[in-house]
Amino acid sequence: MRFGVVVFPGSNCDEDAYHAAKDVFGQEAEYLWHKDTDLKGADALILPGGFAHGDYLRTGAMARFSPIMREVQAFADRGGPVLGICNGFQILLESGLLPGAMLRNRSLKYRCEHVHLRVEQTDTPFTNAARVGQVLRIPIGHGEGNYFAPSDLLEKLEANRQIVLRYTDPDGRIDEAWNPNGSVHAIAGLCNERRNVVGMMPHPERACELLLGGLDGRLIFESVVAAMAMR
Amino acid sequence: MRARVFVTLKPSVFDPQGKVIADALHSLGYGSVADVRQGKYFELDLSTAEPAQARQLATEVADKVLANPVIESYRIEVD
Repeated sequence: MRFGVVVFPGSNCDEDAYHAAKDVFGQEAEYLWHKDTDLKGADALILPGGFAHGDYLRTGAMARFSPIMREVQAFADRGGPVLGICNGFQILLESGLLPGAMLRNRSLKYRCEHVHLRVEQTDTPFTNAARVGQVLRIPIGHGEGNYFAPSDLLEKLEANRQIVLRYTDPDGRIDEAWNPNGSVHAIAGLCNERRNVVGMMPHPERACELLLGGLDGRLIFESVVAAMAMR
Repeated sequence: MRARVFVTLKPSVFDPQGKVIADALHSLGYGSVADVRQGKYFELDLSTAEPAQARQLATEVADKVLANPVIESYRIEVD
């Protein structure tokens, strides 16, 4: 399969995502510049981490005006799998591909550490290789990952089973002490109603090789490779 | 004309920065400052002399770019 990795001015995890797709998983990968209007035949898209357009106004706020986002939207509307990681997740929120918004971390500190995530949903193209309840250890690195949704939206997200990953303790129990940023309902990742667009604050591309301290991020990539193979 | 746009977090949204500033003020002895909410302030210099048009333009810019309606609200002054 072919991954398309979107590159905005200020993206800084694009090469990591490309490396994981190409070198770790042996798949084809293409960079897609934010001014491009062609997805170069990508089967799945990754919006990587970083600081798109500098994040001066709000994280991810300007990226939705990049020309490539029209193509990303159309690709998502056709059911194509789209994964937003960290800043990519923030961009998906700002562009309306996923509901809700990000606030500054409750601690106001940039948090860069490994966290534990409980897989809540496995019927998305990015979690189908995992088990419900499985705990993954994957790093985060962000200052604005405090997910917020108004209460009516939260009820809808829970009812529609759109919360894909939650921050937990190492045993998979929700505990505010293990919530690194204050996200409501300990939300670390969520999907759209159609379940083809997934956003997550942790960085799976940084957890695909033992050299980097863990392999749990592989499940995210293996899921989409498996999903594409079954088409 | 000039438009001033004040963007603040909605009252229902917790403001971590405002909370820290309020705590800092309390530790400085300003116990009578009950709460602080931090926001953003934008001045738009507009090439129109028509107040209604200035307000309409500022509203459009605020809706589209300056504020995120999920978490923020805004107020506009035109002069």
